[in-house]
Amino acid sequence: MKVKDVAAYVGGTVVCGSEQLEKDVEYAFASDLMSDVLTIQKDNLVLLTGLANVQTIRTAEMSDISCIVFVRNKKVSPDMIKLGKENGIVMIECPYSMFKTSGMLYSSGLKPIY
Amino acid sequence: MTMHFDYKIEGGDFTRAGYASSQVKRSLKQLNVDPKVIKRVVVALYEAEVNIVAHAYHGNIHVEINTEKINMTLIDEGPGIANIEQAMQMGFSTATPEVREMGFGAGMGLPNIKNNSDEFRIESEVGVGTKLNIVVYINK
Repeated sequence: MKVKDVAAYVGGTVVCGSEQLEKDVEYAFASDLMSDVLTIQKDNLVLLTGLANVQTIRTAEMSDISCIVFVRNKKVSPDMIKLGKENGIVMIECPYSMFKTSGMLYSSGLKPIY
Repeated sequence: MTMHFDYKIEGGDFTRAGYASSQVKRSLKQLNVDPKVIKRVVVALYEAEVNIVAHAYHGNIHVEINTEKINMTLIDEGPGIANIEQAMQMGFSTATPEVREMGFGAGMGLPNIKNNSDEFRIESEVGVGTKLNIVVYINK
């Protein structure tokens, strides 16, 4: 699945990385706990999270996560966008709950990690 | 040839947590190190860097990179760890609510550092601080 399709399926707004919407993603992981995200070994991963702070972006950077969907209408700050741009991370703001967003992407074909 | 990097880390400064790990990641990419190795190095280093920010007063990170391995030593001045065996257990944490709000403090950091490293040593003295040594081999 392309990153642009992820944004479309969840009715999201791309707030960072709009030049990278053709990137492919295969898996998704939903968590507000960055400690959990840091244990994931898979690549081509979309992170779904309601945790909107700079450490969310740092975690994605270290874990080679190229796309983050912020659920529950969480807003991305200018500091987060700056860091996201430096690291080529696409950020999508989404108005729905973690559960609903996960369901939309699961039924559209993104795979779970386990 | 060995490359050396040193970083100072301030306890409590979550806005900068991850800066050192980010710089190391950049250097390893420039050196064309296997991305899987880079990920293990920076995940371990980032967890350890966050630990200093979350628990210590301040600390130093020293990273040595050569053709064989990446050797990281993190020394902090802080409260130290009373029971290392307990701290290494998945789920044990003494993190503050502020740390948990940042998405950490679930008692998974130290076990995850160990999982991502080829060699892992930890020493700590209560009231003095903690020393971590993390080694990841480049071709293993």
